[in-house]
Amino acid sequence: MINWFKYSSPQTFFPLAGEMVPWFFALAVAFGAAGLYIGFFVAPTDAQQGEAYRIIFIHVAAAWMSMFLYLVMAFWAGVGLVFNTRLSAMVAQALAPTGALMTFIALWTGALWGKPTWGTWWVWDARLTSELILLFLYLGFIALQAAIDEPRRADKAGAVLALVGAVNVPIIYFSVKWWNTLHQGASVSLMAAPTMAKTMLWGMLMMALAFWMYALGAVLVRVRSILLERERHTDWVASYLGRLR
Amino acid sequence: MKPRHKRFALIAAGLGGLAVAATLVLGAFQKNLVFFFTPTQIANHEAPQGRSFRVGGLVEAGSVKRQEDGVTVQFVVTDTARSIPVRFKGVLPDLFREGKGVVTQGKLGPDGVFHADEVLAKHDENYMPPEAKHAVEQAHNASRTLKQ
Repeated sequence: MINWFKYSSPQTFFPLAGEMVPWFFALAVAFGAAGLYIGFFVAPTDAQQGEAYRIIFIHVAAAWMSMFLYLVMAFWAGVGLVFNTRLSAMVAQALAPTGALMTFIALWTGALWGKPTWGTWWVWDARLTSELILLFLYLGFIALQAAIDEPRRADKAGAVLALVGAVNVPIIYFSVKWWNTLHQGASVSLMAAPTMAKTMLWGMLMMALAFWMYALGAVLVRVRSILLERERHTDWVASYLGRLR
Repeated sequence: MKPRHKRFALIAAGLGGLAVAATLVLGAFQKNLVFFFTPTQIANHEAPQGRSFRVGGLVEAGSVKRQEDGVTVQFVVTDTARSIPVRFKGVLPDLFREGKGVVTQGKLGPDGVFHADEVLAKHDENYMPPEAKHAVEQAHNASRTLKQ
């Protein structure tokens, strides 16, 4: 039986995370290479959009991650708020920049796709607007945490914002269903068969895995540095830094 | 109740309240969140009168006509139940096709013609290679011939 609580203590988590980071990055590179290869060389041209559709291999994966990471961030922020655990708040803090990056990539690639396909860079439809709000939520969370000097208070304020903002995620996801939007509906969902050619789907799933692995790696690196900074007065950090010298 | 149970209950209640509030607000704004109106909604006078709005639907097959001047296009937008003629002067997006989705912004004239100043192509969620599309069309045509 694994004692999971053991890993929630910073001094056990720190070296474990350090060992996992290179694996996640290696997997990210492997999946990314496979995904891009399928995306650019194997997947066929789309009947309607021609080559411009190939942006989905980055756009969809980034958009999925942007929503998923927000839910994970809100979850850990909530856990930190309820149980007063140190590590969970740090995980939430570490997730925010990666989530913001994914949201930005999704918006940017979406604009690049929108111009040739729809004929416009941007429209204020429900999907695009709610995704933009997600970016502001991430940036707001980062700014709020940075604005409060005392870490515990910063965690609490951030957690409330993260939890409140979580309402936006289902709105983004279902916006294309609930309202008339310019953005098309989901091609891939849990409920129905994907409306997409097999090879295109494979490329997209590979890219999604690559983004997952990258996010895991990047977040763990960031958690480690936050840990060192916040626990700098403890013995285990002192002995760790001593060993480095 | 331990303090952490209390905190959890508070947060759960807060989030629950927030979800209800969000649902109510979105329900109230339902009309304003609509990016475009369908021809049926326009026929039922649900679209705003006298100001600019968007119409969405399919471009009716065989309805696209270029005017003499070469830049004005006239076509019919349909939701298969009702349809509305649209006049547009400008460059159409690459994906503008007969039988495909379109969203156009403009004003409804007194003559019942929608005068558009922007036309956007609406892509559907289907991604397929040209061969597959050809096969789908063949099957579609075959079934249509059988019915007739």
